[in-house]
Amino acid sequence: MMDLSHLELTPFILSFKLAAMTTLILFFVAMPLAWWLSQTHSRSKPFIEAVVSLPIVLPPSVLGFYILFALSVNSPFGAFIQEYFGITLVFNFTGLVIASVFYSFPFMVQPLQGGFESLNKSMLEASYIAGKSRLQTLWYVALPNIKPALLTALIVTFAHTVGEFGVVLMVGGSIPGETKVASVAIYEFVEVMDYSQAHLYSAIMLVMSFSVLLGVYLFNQRHNRRIGVQ
Amino acid sequence: MIKIAIEKKLQGSLGPMQMQLDLEIQEESFVVLSGESGSGKTSLLRILAGLESATGVIDVSDVVFQDNKSVLAPQKREIGFVFQDYALFANMSVEANLLFVNKDQTLCDELLAMTHLSALKTRLPATLSGGQKQRVALCRAMMKRPKLLLLDEPLSALDPQMRHQLQDDILALHKRFKTTTLMVSHDPSEIYRLADRVLVLSQGKVVEDGSAKAVLLHAQGSQKFSFEGELLEIIEADMIFVGVVAIGQQIVEVVMDAHEADTFSVGDRVQISTKAFSPSLSKL
Repeated sequence: MMDLSHLELTPFILSFKLAAMTTLILFFVAMPLAWWLSQTHSRSKPFIEAVVSLPIVLPPSVLGFYILFALSVNSPFGAFIQEYFGITLVFNFTGLVIASVFYSFPFMVQPLQGGFESLNKSMLEASYIAGKSRLQTLWYVALPNIKPALLTALIVTFAHTVGEFGVVLMVGGSIPGETKVASVAIYEFVEVMDYSQAHLYSAIMLVMSFSVLLGVYLFNQRHNRRIGVQ
Repeated sequence: MIKIAIEKKLQGSLGPMQMQLDLEIQEESFVVLSGESGSGKTSLLRILAGLESATGVIDVSDVVFQDNKSVLAPQKREIGFVFQDYALFANMSVEANLLFVNKDQTLCDELLAMTHLSALKTRLPATLSGGQKQRVALCRAMMKRPKLLLLDEPLSALDPQMRHQLQDDILALHKRFKTTTLMVSHDPSEIYRLADRVLVLSQGKVVEDGSAKAVLLHAQGSQKFSFEGELLEIIEADMIFVGVVAIGQQIVEVVMDAHEADTFSVGDRVQISTKAFSPSLSKL
């Protein structure tokens, strides 16, 4: 029987706090971009789509390195924030949130964009003809009709942030209670050969991730039945 | 009066073409746009709605929708639009679809009652039949009390019986609200029932303009009746030939002589007419 009394919950709480904040920020930042991408015929669209998708293909260490470099006091941006606001952006929680926002960006944009693109175009036009602005159409017509895509975007962004490792380690290090999230904690348990704790943490992450994904797919199936999609 | 003088380069069924229209439409009239697909009918409706751009002037009862200086956004035009594919807001009930356009509960109740939808007002669009969906779309288009109602082949996806009912609803609404209406349709009986005036478009230009009767009745001179159809087969039977022709939903056989059998080929558009005898009409 595994001893649960020594289970340190702080890394999990940190992981969830980070994921919740990242998801919230990305919802408001990525949604207008996804909407614009789904509606535009601009020539710059492929370029922007490629930039948005970069975090999927870049090794997390490369992304982490660039973010670390951009946020550190050695860069003009990091120095400016440090000097005028007195905020250090690396090796703390704030830096982690900024890095996660970049890292999880495509996971919020892509499902939303796909959802918006699948909407019946004349339904959106009917809303414009009804006198509704683009913003009203987005909020009252587009978003409620892409609930499965919306839920997928939110949950996958959340889960992906909980699961991130490389970028977190590069930008945040492993400061207990500040930047030592669950995935980093597991890495350290393995490093010091504490396999029972590594097993326990890993199992918790596995069960949680599976439950979340199962929940999403169950919801999508029910929703599609209700609105008549086969 | 509604004045339309517009030009636009379109991609038609036979390659690029220049749409060029100069029209005046009486207020409160019911105008049907007809013509082969790709002739610019839907584009005209979309330009009137502000969903597509064109150069020129559109003036609807002294409201300038567009001229050379400015273009009014679709949101600012007092129009109703019914799409071929219903385009209902899938997340809203029947009643909410109407009230989203305009929070006028009295008008909403009246429209739903007129189109026999009152009992369905809490239902979601996905649970309705095609005919019911299109009635909701029709009511929704009337909620802004539009100056111009644009109907883009609203009944083409419905079966003949449902189509007949919807025509009644469209007529009833037109009678009640007297909204100037432009409707795209290919169905002669529908055009005959609804239209005060028919405009036939081809390659972006008006090629026929008149009453439904004048445009639809193609018999000429002493012809007693005439139908257009497609020649499906030519069968040789002893000394004569029999042509099989599809007219609408029906197939008829016509006797042809050897010369005719040579001149016609399968797939031709043909006209069948008679002069000599008087046809008798009996109830089915």
